[in-house]
Amino acid sequence: MSRSAYADLLNLLAGIALVAAVLTLWRRKLIAIVRLLAVQGAAVAAVGILIGIDNDSATEIVLASGALVLKAVVIPLVLLRVVRRGSETRETEPLVNVSASLVAAALLITIAFATTRAVVSLSDSPEAGVIPIGFAIVLVGFFALATRRKAPAQLVGFLLFENGVALVAVLAAAGVSSVVELGVSLDVLLAVLVLQVLTARMQDQFDSLDLDHLQELRD
Amino acid sequence: MNTTRALVPILQLLLVFVGGPLIVGVIRKVRARLEGRVGAPIHQPLRDLRKLFAKERIAPEHASWVFVIAPAVLMTSAAVTAVLVPMVSTVSPFAQVSDLVTITALLLLGTVALALGALDPGTAFGGMGASREMTIAALTEPTLLLSVAAISILTGTTNLPGAINEIIDRPGSVSSIGYVLALVALGIATLAESTRLPVDNPNTHLELTMVHEAMVLEYAGPDLALVETGSSMRLVIFLGLLANLLVPWGIATGSGVAELAVGTLTFGLKIGVLAVALSVFEVFTAKVRLFRVPELLALSLVLSFLGVITSVVHP
Repeated sequence: MSRSAYADLLNLLAGIALVAAVLTLWRRKLIAIVRLLAVQGAAVAAVGILIGIDNDSATEIVLASGALVLKAVVIPLVLLRVVRRGSETRETEPLVNVSASLVAAALLITIAFATTRAVVSLSDSPEAGVIPIGFAIVLVGFFALATRRKAPAQLVGFLLFENGVALVAVLAAAGVSSVVELGVSLDVLLAVLVLQVLTARMQDQFDSLDLDHLQELRD
Repeated sequence: MNTTRALVPILQLLLVFVGGPLIVGVIRKVRARLEGRVGAPIHQPLRDLRKLFAKERIAPEHASWVFVIAPAVLMTSAAVTAVLVPMVSTVSPFAQVSDLVTITALLLLGTVALALGALDPGTAFGGMGASREMTIAALTEPTLLLSVAAISILTGTTNLPGAINEIIDRPGSVSSIGYVLALVALGIATLAESTRLPVDNPNTHLELTMVHEAMVLEYAGPDLALVETGSSMRLVIFLGLLANLLVPWGIATGSGVAELAVGTLTFGLKIGVLAVALSVFEVFTAKVRLFRVPELLALSLVLSFLGVITSVVHP
């Protein structure tokens, strides 16, 4: 693979991941949000595979493929079950309305690009050039986590955040570090499973997935 | 050589003037067919225009000169843009002044003129339509400008023929996610500016939803014909701009007769394909609620903004 094709592909995949993150702020249907998360997970994992191919490392490719299955199939399926079980299908009223969220996302992405300039200038490798996008995904994910009300939407925000971290890690280390990737992936899967149980309990208790219900103490 | 060069603007003007209503006809026909109707013939919009131009001019009682000149301004701005935007060939006597920012401004001029014309007679519908149109325009114009900025950064020029030549010569310069984002944003802005679904339904006269139709409600006869022609010309200009930025190949880079013929044919083909794609898209799309239109446009604004940012850091 030629260097410029490699750099273009890297940019394209990271770009897809970032656009998917922005789109999750725009869509209201919870199912659509989960699907976007799957697309993003696939793009982030594909970056790992791409770097693995570039490094000619079979271990990295296998690990990144494992991450692909986890991020693009397993976690979204678990989340889809949460959404289908729940009584609500839409994120009707986020704390910050959709237009303002999008503008905030633009702002956060600018901040990400501005603050990572020093990191980018450390090296002129194509991987370094994409790090700001990973950082931007982290911030957008964090924003989604902070401003959405429904449990599945917040979960997606958390996973966007995690995908961003994974992307930055893969790019900064120029390859998947096996121990770390395995550990983090399993942690995330565990967290999602625990939160699935939690949301199921919430649904039973309150008949709703709105996390604001958790503000009051009850016996 | 020089005479055919001078022919380019005239050719483009004619193409847009006659092609506009025809494209509207094609879109309606494809839509009708997909919905299981026979539909009016493709040249029906041209017939409608002939009928409208033959009618007597009539203006509302309290309308001032603003109402009268608005259609002319819309039409003229569309005509000037049609001359400036490279559609058939990148060589033209006006290539020097064919600037992306100028074109955006000219297109906005038409939008504002029509909104003022709609406000002038003081009817409820006109005012409502104008206010909606301005809400939409206030969000689409920054989108257009930002996408244009992204394209200019990548190609190194705000001159449109120059940018298209650059893309043809070095496709590598725009093979970036920034360019894709800018084009997607430009596409959404195009739908909004040319008043198509999902922002505005061109076929409706339901007061809850109409935007463009509410604005032109007071116009009749030749004035309405001017407005309709101007709008269809704008549609072709937007589609042409999008088509030539998306796939510039096929546009004439010289001004020989044969080159111009090929350029005209490929341009017709590109516009035709885009128009059919647009109508298929419209069949499967519902109009977005008016209150959600700003969300859609905010998305296009953010996408164009991302386009600019990623273009700036693109090596």
